[in-house]
Amino acid sequence: MHIEVRNLDKHFGQFHAVKDVSFSIEKGHLIGLLGPSGGGKTSILRMLAGLETPDSGDIVFHGQRVNNLPPQEREIGFVFQNYALFKHMTVFENIAFGLKVKKLKKPAIRERVQELVELTGLSGFENRYPHQLSGGQRQRVAFARALAPEPQLLLLDEPFAAIDAKIRQELRTWLRELIERVGITSIFVTHDQDEAIEVADEIMIINGGRVEQKGTPWDIYKQPSTPFVASFIGESTIIEDVNRLKGFENSSQASRALIRPEYIEIGHAGEFRLLSATEKGTVRHLHFRGSQWMVEVEVGASRLITYRSLEKETLEVGQEVHVLVHRAYLFNEEESWIAENALKADNVSMFI
Amino acid sequence: MKRLWITLTWLVFSILILIPLVVLATGAFGEGTSGFIKALARPEALHALKMTGLIVLVVTLLNGLFGIMMGIYLVRATWLSRRLRQLFNSIVDLPYAVSPVIGGLMIVLLLGPDTIVGAFFEQIGFKVVYAFPGMVIATLFVTFPLMVREVMPVLQELGTDQEQAASTLGAYSWRTFWQVTWPSIRWAVIYGTILTVARSLGEFGAVLVVSGNIINKTQTATTLVYQDMENFNVTAANGVALVLAVFSIGLLLLMERAKKRKEVH
Amino acid sequence: MNNTWIRHKGWTWGFRTTVLLYFLILIVLPIAGVYVNSLSDGWSAFVQNIADPIAWKAVLLTLQLALVATVINVAIGTMSAWVLVRYDFPGKSLLNSIVDLPFALPTAVGGLMILVLLGPHSVVGRAASALGLDLVFHQPAIVVAMVFVTFPFVIRAIQPLLEELDTSAEEASYTLGASRALTFFRVILPAMLPGILSGAMLAFSRALAEFGAVVLVAGNIPGRTLTASVYIFGEVESDNEAGAAAVSILLLTLSFLILWLINLVQTRRADT
Repeated sequence: MHIEVRNLDKHFGQFHAVKDVSFSIEKGHLIGLLGPSGGGKTSILRMLAGLETPDSGDIVFHGQRVNNLPPQEREIGFVFQNYALFKHMTVFENIAFGLKVKKLKKPAIRERVQELVELTGLSGFENRYPHQLSGGQRQRVAFARALAPEPQLLLLDEPFAAIDAKIRQELRTWLRELIERVGITSIFVTHDQDEAIEVADEIMIINGGRVEQKGTPWDIYKQPSTPFVASFIGESTIIEDVNRLKGFENSSQASRALIRPEYIEIGHAGEFRLLSATEKGTVRHLHFRGSQWMVEVEVGASRLITYRSLEKETLEVGQEVHVLVHRAYLFNEEESWIAENALKADNVSMFI
Repeated sequence: MKRLWITLTWLVFSILILIPLVVLATGAFGEGTSGFIKALARPEALHALKMTGLIVLVVTLLNGLFGIMMGIYLVRATWLSRRLRQLFNSIVDLPYAVSPVIGGLMIVLLLGPDTIVGAFFEQIGFKVVYAFPGMVIATLFVTFPLMVREVMPVLQELGTDQEQAASTLGAYSWRTFWQVTWPSIRWAVIYGTILTVARSLGEFGAVLVVSGNIINKTQTATTLVYQDMENFNVTAANGVALVLAVFSIGLLLLMERAKKRKEVH
Repeated sequence: MNNTWIRHKGWTWGFRTTVLLYFLILIVLPIAGVYVNSLSDGWSAFVQNIADPIAWKAVLLTLQLALVATVINVAIGTMSAWVLVRYDFPGKSLLNSIVDLPFALPTAVGGLMILVLLGPHSVVGRAASALGLDLVFHQPAIVVAMVFVTFPFVIRAIQPLLEELDTSAEEASYTLGASRALTFFRVILPAMLPGILSGAMLAFSRALAEFGAVVLVAGNIPGRTLTASVYIFGEVESDNEAGAAAVSILLLTLSFLILWLINLVQTRRADT
């Protein structure tokens, strides 16, 4: 189903939860709404479902405005954060509920439930009650129940929030594959960027009731359009006065910069081809991170964070090292842009 | 020390509850089984028990139904403002604080033969006070909070998730209520019903004031016990009281069972 | 489809209105009625009714006796709750079930039970009169009736708090060197206190209002054994509804105040 949302607005009492939100979603896409808690993600999802009424704006499914349709008539599947399974019904009855509402014949119901039970790997659990299932199994039931009536749109509210970290990983992959197989347009809400990056075709970053950016995970990472997005996605350090940093002296309009660990290279003098673009720093802390070292290095007044391969020579605290900042995400009050290290570029052109 | 406390507790329960029960039972059979049967077989006793039964039936039906609805509205109604719900919520408890006699007096003041409303009903041949309707209204007043207060916490704990899930699966409110909400509040409703039955069975003060305690007309089981005592007819009073006590103990046992089921779900 | 939607809305509206009207007419109207009725003849008429010595003495007596009953209930209720939660002994589940009996039993039956137990022909009654004590139709019997009727309140208010109280809090107190008595007064009692308070207030307000049990065991002598609710009943019987209403609103206002206090205590507790 093609979904279009125009100028959506919602207040809860004094609280302005959703501010003039517009977006559209292609049929068959899997979209992640990502952002901090209280940012309005869940409100948007619930308005799409018809569980919440927008103050103004349009929600259009398949070219038809659905604002006035109750949730019962929107042909959606909704997976709740705590699954909201019917406690007094078995797995079978839970999945069959939506089909019974549709007044399907008994054999048809049985067939469809069986199909979903197999699809979600719940065979043998049909007669269990929700309290007899593990968290992951409950999630699968919630998923099967939402899919059973063959909805046009699947909405998932923090689908993995209540699950152990270990199983979460496994379920993410499973969910992604399943949605691909079913081919249904899906939107899920999460506050976990790893989850969004891993599962979604496209991500919408929601903050303070607004859509900050919409795009593929790679685009958002590469070209964050607001400082919020830049700081929310990936790891980063904020530098207050970027003009003091070597290679960025001419960034006069910018006051601050955001630098990701992977933008930074550190090492001994011999490890750099363009020594002139580097500056000196002191190693302040070393954290062993399993597959690499996380290094805190002090450059002038700022402290930068980067990673260093275990294959390279191990650094020590207090050691003097060379630091090369490849690029930085610069911003001031009005705008933001990405800048490459100026010295690096100059030097390259000079050598050629 | 522990022994002493346990003994003292047994003593309190025995003196306050167990021994009086035994004394009541032996008192009822003070003139043998025949005396007990004779006390119950009196036409006024049979009539009083019938009245009590009728009141219990009508009151439990009405307050059960309206109590459940009121409970649902107080927890769920988005069409009522929060303030209004809070206000109603505190008003629900008021009958607890009202002495039954005052409850009865209220009905007399409002619907008595000297009032406008009462006179109007009297004219169309419908007697309220000193008649069955008044007794029902008085008992309704006294027992109203019981069902509401049982249903509300369960609904609060249940939350709206399951109901919303049902609505996204295409179910409208009627089906959602019967298939999703009702199974969860069922035991609370049963518990509330038992409480309402017990309270309306035993209501005395309000009914005494409203009914005028007219023998073979508006006399209930509890007001008959009172009248028998006033007439120093101790055995008869004990007999009727024993029947009421047995009913109450039966209800108490049911309550225990309902409470356990209520906790499971 | 549009048609069914409108019909559906109409039903909903009618249903809601019916329920709210039922509630307002049944509960709010009568209570408002008493206040309006007794104040409609002016303030002075109200004061006159209250100033009747029989009336104010009845209210005062009720307050005194209810207070005594509440104190007794706090003592035996706290003890019983403690024993029922903390100790295992034969008959524990039986006692736990019959705690609620005074709620389930018709109050008139409760009054009768006390009357038969303490009456002049009973063992207790004879022993007491041998000692020169009058029980039935005197103040002690009224207190016993009030204690009986309100017995479950304190126990049922404390029990959940005691069950919730983690024994590790107590154990922590012991490991810090506190004695049993100190632990009880500094750790356990504060945890029970909200329950004791709200239980006591509930018991007090119920004792103030009690009629059925009291009317059977009290002698109803003005100034000595005539309680407020029995006084109101008497006034209604003798067709002095204005007098009855005046004392009623005095008693009602008091009860509402207590109810409000209980709510306050409970929301406080819910906040912490």
